[in-house]
Amino acid sequence: MVSYDIDNISPDMSFLEMMDVLNEELTSQGLDPVAFDHDCREGICGSCSMFINGEAHGPDRLVTTCQLHMRKFQDGDTIFIEPFRSNTFPVIKDLVVDRSSFDRIQHAGGFISINTSGNTQDANSIPIDKNKADKAFDAATCIGCGACVATCKNSSAMLFVSAKVSQFSLLPQGQVEANERVLNMVKQMDDEGFGNCTNTGACEVECPKGISLENIARMNRDYLKAKFSS
Amino acid sequence: MSKLNSKIPKGPISEKWTNHKNNIRLVSPANKRQIDVIVVGTGLAGGSASATLAELGYNVKSFCFQDSPRRAHSIAAQGGINAAKNYQGDGDSVYRLFYDTVKGGDYRSREANVYRLAEVSANIIDQCVAQGVPFARDYGGLLDNRSFGGVLVSRTFYAKGQTGQQLLLGAYSAMNRQIARGKIQMYNRHEMMDLVLVDGKARGIITRNLIDGKIERHSAHAVVIASGGYGNLFYLSTNAMGSNVSASWKIHKKGAYFANPCFTQIHPTCIPVSGDHQSKLTLMSESLRNDGRIWVPKSKSDAAAIREGKLKPTDLSEDERDYYLERRYPAFGNLVPRDVASRAAKERCDAGFGVNKTGEAVFLDFASAIIRYGKEKAHVKGLNENDEKLVQELGKEIIKSKYGNLFQMYEKIVDQNPYDTPMMIYPAVHYTMGGIWVDYNLMTTIPGCFAIGEANFSDHGANRLGASALMQGLADGYFVLPYTIGDYLADDIRTGPISIHSKEFDEAEKLVKDKIDYLINNKGSKTVDYFHKKLGKIIWNKCGMSRNEKGLKEAINEIKSLREDFYKKVLVPGNANSFNESLAKAIRVSDFLELGELFAKDALERSESCGGHFREEYQSKEGEAMRDDKNFTFVSAWEYNGQPSNAILHKEDLKYENIELKTRSYK
Amino acid sequence: MTSVIQSSIIKKFAMALSGFFLIVFLFQHFIINITSVFSEEIFNQFSHFMGTNFIVQFIAQPILIFGVIFHFVMGFVLDFKNRASRNIKYVKYKGSSNASWMSRNMIISGLVILSFLGLHFYDFWIPEMKYKYVEFLPDDSNRYYSELTHKFEDLNKVIIYVVSFFFLSLHLLHGFSSSFQSMGINNKYNFIIKIVTTIYSIGIPFGFSFIAIFHYLNH
Repeated sequence: MVSYDIDNISPDMSFLEMMDVLNEELTSQGLDPVAFDHDCREGICGSCSMFINGEAHGPDRLVTTCQLHMRKFQDGDTIFIEPFRSNTFPVIKDLVVDRSSFDRIQHAGGFISINTSGNTQDANSIPIDKNKADKAFDAATCIGCGACVATCKNSSAMLFVSAKVSQFSLLPQGQVEANERVLNMVKQMDDEGFGNCTNTGACEVECPKGISLENIARMNRDYLKAKFSS
Repeated sequence: MSKLNSKIPKGPISEKWTNHKNNIRLVSPANKRQIDVIVVGTGLAGGSASATLAELGYNVKSFCFQDSPRRAHSIAAQGGINAAKNYQGDGDSVYRLFYDTVKGGDYRSREANVYRLAEVSANIIDQCVAQGVPFARDYGGLLDNRSFGGVLVSRTFYAKGQTGQQLLLGAYSAMNRQIARGKIQMYNRHEMMDLVLVDGKARGIITRNLIDGKIERHSAHAVVIASGGYGNLFYLSTNAMGSNVSASWKIHKKGAYFANPCFTQIHPTCIPVSGDHQSKLTLMSESLRNDGRIWVPKSKSDAAAIREGKLKPTDLSEDERDYYLERRYPAFGNLVPRDVASRAAKERCDAGFGVNKTGEAVFLDFASAIIRYGKEKAHVKGLNENDEKLVQELGKEIIKSKYGNLFQMYEKIVDQNPYDTPMMIYPAVHYTMGGIWVDYNLMTTIPGCFAIGEANFSDHGANRLGASALMQGLADGYFVLPYTIGDYLADDIRTGPISIHSKEFDEAEKLVKDKIDYLINNKGSKTVDYFHKKLGKIIWNKCGMSRNEKGLKEAINEIKSLREDFYKKVLVPGNANSFNESLAKAIRVSDFLELGELFAKDALERSESCGGHFREEYQSKEGEAMRDDKNFTFVSAWEYNGQPSNAILHKEDLKYENIELKTRSYK
Repeated sequence: MTSVIQSSIIKKFAMALSGFFLIVFLFQHFIINITSVFSEEIFNQFSHFMGTNFIVQFIAQPILIFGVIFHFVMGFVLDFKNRASRNIKYVKYKGSSNASWMSRNMIISGLVILSFLGLHFYDFWIPEMKYKYVEFLPDDSNRYYSELTHKFEDLNKVIIYVVSFFFLSLHLLHGFSSSFQSMGINNKYNFIIKIVTTIYSIGIPFGFSFIAIFHYLNH
C-alpha cells in the first residue's frame, strides 16, 4: 500500500480525472504512474474497477468509478483505493485485474445459436410482452464490470451470470437453448472458482446498473427446472 | 496512374448489390477451413464480422486492446439504429433511407454503397432480434421507433439510451458462440502495431501484448481493420480514452489511401467542458432532441446574468427566449442534422449568448414536453388536465421512462436536476466520417486489406445522420464484408498457411521494436498527455467547427513542429516489457501527430463548405454552408508519401445518377 | 450425481430446503412448548405423544437429526469455500454499507445456535434418550412438565437460552426470507414473504424466550 498526497482537485472532477492528475504528476517526475483500467469514461464499457473506501465504485450509488465525482469527498480526506479482489480476478498490475473469467462464462452459453443470414424471420413476427421485454432489457444492461464479485463477501458471480441468463430466458428467442444455457453457464461459473451466493444482497446495492436480485432468483428457478427436468 | 477503382457494379442502383452477390466468386466450405482472417477491433463492425466470418468457416483471429471484446466503444452509442422497415407506416422505404443518408451527408458519399446500406438495414433488425437484443417495444409487443435528426419519418429502433450496448452485446454473443467452437481465436489486450505485406498483399500484423509488452507476429490471408474512428485527435471527444487511429494510420503508411480525413462530426448535444482537468466529453443522445427544445436568452444581458448565476433559466418567460433552431429552420426545428445544429449553437455562443460559466453552452429544455406528455397522460387516465402539479408529475414519469438513464448521467456529472432546470449542452467531437478509402467490396488500396465500420469512409459523406453509425457498422460486418471478402480470398485457396518467419515479418517487427525503444529511452521532460492536449487545442481551434485558410495553414505548421518537439522531449516512464499505459499512449499520440497534419491539409484543399466541413470563406449571407459541386464532387483519397505533408491527392469522382444534387435545406 | 452435489445452486437449494424443514420443526416445537404456559396437562399429553409415537421417534427424529447435521455441515463447507475464494483480503471493506449484519454473519449466529443445541441436547434430549432407551425406565406420561420447569430454575441457564434465542432470531431474519430467494421465489409478492418471515423470525424466538422466563419466574 502506497500513499500519495494530491493537490488542486476540483469538486467537478471525476474520480478518474483525479487519478489523471496524480499520474501526470508521477509521470513528469519520471515515476511509474498508477495503472488502472478505464476506457469510455461514461459508465458503459465496464472497464473501470476500483474498490474505493471499502466499496466497489466508491460511495455513490448507481455509478461506475468514472462517473463518481470528487464532490462526494471532503477536502483533506484520505481515500483508500484497492483493485477488485477475488481469486477469479487476478491482479495484473496495481489496480488492473484480469476479468477474463467473465468472458469464459459467456463462451459457455451466453448466446442464442443463430447464424447470420439475410433471411431470418421478420423482427415483428413474434410480439413480445412489453413487461417481459423491459425486464430482459434491464438484465441486459449489465456492463460486466465485476463490482458484484468484488463487493460480495463470498466473491460470488451470481448477479452477473443471472443477468446474462435472464436476458435470454425472458425472451422467446432464448427458449430453445434455455436449459442447456443455464446449466453450462453455472457450471463454468463454478469451475472458475467463484464463491457461493448467500443472498446478502450487497451486489444489487453496489451494481452500477442496479441489476435486480430477481434475476438471481430467476436463474435459481431456471437452473432447478433444467437440472431436474432433463 | 491512380489505383482508385471503386468497382461499383453495373446496372440500376436497386439491383447492383443483388447482381454483385450473384456474380462474385465464392470460396467452398472445405476451402474456407484453410483460410485465416485477422480482424482488428471488436466493435459493432469488427465483432459482427468476426462472428459471421467464423460462422462461414474461416479461421478468425480477433484483436482488441480492451480486456474484453464487449468493451469496444460501440457500446457507448446511445440513441438508436436506423432501418427502412416502415413499421410505422409513415412512408419509409429503402429509397427514402438512401435519399436521407445521401442528403444528410451533403452529397459527398458514394451512391451505390449508401443504397446497399439502406437495402440491408432491415436485415440487421431481424438478425439482432433473433440474437436476443431487447429493443424497445410498445404495449402490443411490437418494436417501437423514434425519430432522429435530418429525417421526416420514424425509423430508429432503440433500446432506451443504450442501443449501442445492446447491439454490441448481440455481436459479442455471436462471437462467444464462435470462440466456444474454436473458430475465433480471441486476443484481448493486444494492440496492432503494424501491417505486414508480402508480395504487396496484406498477410499479417505485428501486435503488442499490452500486459507484458511482448511483440507478436500473426499471419493470415486477409486483414480486416475495424478499429473505429479518430475523434481522439481532438484530445477532448466523446470517444473512449483508448480509441485511436493507429491501425488505420499504419495501413495508410503501408499503402492504403486515407479518404476525406477532414470530415468530422461535431455532435450538438454533449455536456459542456467544466474545466482544464477534463479528460473526455459525455454525449447526451440526439434522441433528446425529439422532446427537448434548444434555446438561449434573447437578450445578452439575460445571458450574462445567467452566466454569473444571478438569474435562473426557469425565470425567463417564453418571450425572453430564443428557440433559434425553430426560428431558423421551421420545417425540421430542433431535429435538423447534427452539423447544422452544432454550428447554430456555436454561432449563438460566439455572439455572446452562451449560458454557462465558460460561455460555451446552450439550453436543452424539456419543460414543454413534460407538460405535453403530462396532459396526454392525465387525459388518458381521466384525471384533471389542468392540475399543474399532477401534469408535471405524470409528464416527468414519461420523460423518465424514455430518457431516464441519460438524465441520471447528466445529474451525476453536472450535479443539477434536468427534470427541474434545462440541461446545458454544447457541441463536441463525436464521429469521423472520413477514414480509409475502400472500394465497393470494402477493400482498401492494399490487396487483402479491408476496412469496415467507422474506420472506412464510404457511407456518410460529409455528415452522418443520427443512428446511422450502428447501422453501417453492423451492415458491413454482418452482411457486406462476409460476402465480398470471398471474392478476394477465392485466389487464396491453394496458398496454404502463411509463414511468420519471412523477412517481411522480420522487418516489420524490427521497425516496431525500434520505435518502442526510441520512445522508452528518450527520457524527455514532457508527458504524452502534454502533447496530446496541445495537439487537441490546435485541431479544435483551427480545424474544428469552422475553418479558414489562414488557420489551417497555421495548424499544419504548428502540428509539424509539435511533432518534432514530441520526438525530442517526450517522456515515457517504465519499460517496454510490462503493462505500460504511457507507452501505449505515446505510440497512439505519435500517430495522431501525423494524422493531424493530413487532416488540416485535406481541410485546406477542400475549398468549399459541406456537411461537417465548414469553411468560413464559403458561406451564404445567412451563414449557411455553400457547397461547390462543380469543383468538389469527389472523394479526396490521400496516398502516403514519406510524410503527411507530402501526401498525394487522388480524386474519386462521385456520380449522382439517382439523386439530384441540390442545396441542402432544412428550412 | 456428483455434478448435482458440486453445483453451487444445488448446494444453496439444499441449504434452503433443510432450513425450511428446520423452520417447520421449530414451529411445531414452539406450539407444543407454549402449551406449558397454559396447561400442564396438555403439555404432558403432547410430549408423551411425541416421545412415544413410533413414527415421530423412528422416522421423523432421524430425519430431523440428519437435517440439523446437514444444515450445519453444509453451512460450514460453504462458508469455508466462500472465504477461500478471496485469498487476498481488502484493507478496507465496508460490508455494512450494502448488506445487513445478519446476512453477513450467518456463520456466527449459526455457531451460537450450534453451541446452544449442544446445551439443549444435554439438558433435554440426552436425559430423555437415557430414560427411554438406555435405562428403560417405566413409561410415565406425567413427568415432562416437571422436567421442563426444573431446568429453568437456574437464572444463568435462562440467560444463556434467551441470548441464544436472540441469535436464532438474527439467523432466521436473514435465513428464512433468503431461502425463498434460493428456491427461486422472488416476485411481486416479495413484500408479503418479507413480512411473514420477519414476524416468524422475531416472534418464535421471542416466544421461546418468553417460555423460559415464564417458567423461571413461576417456579
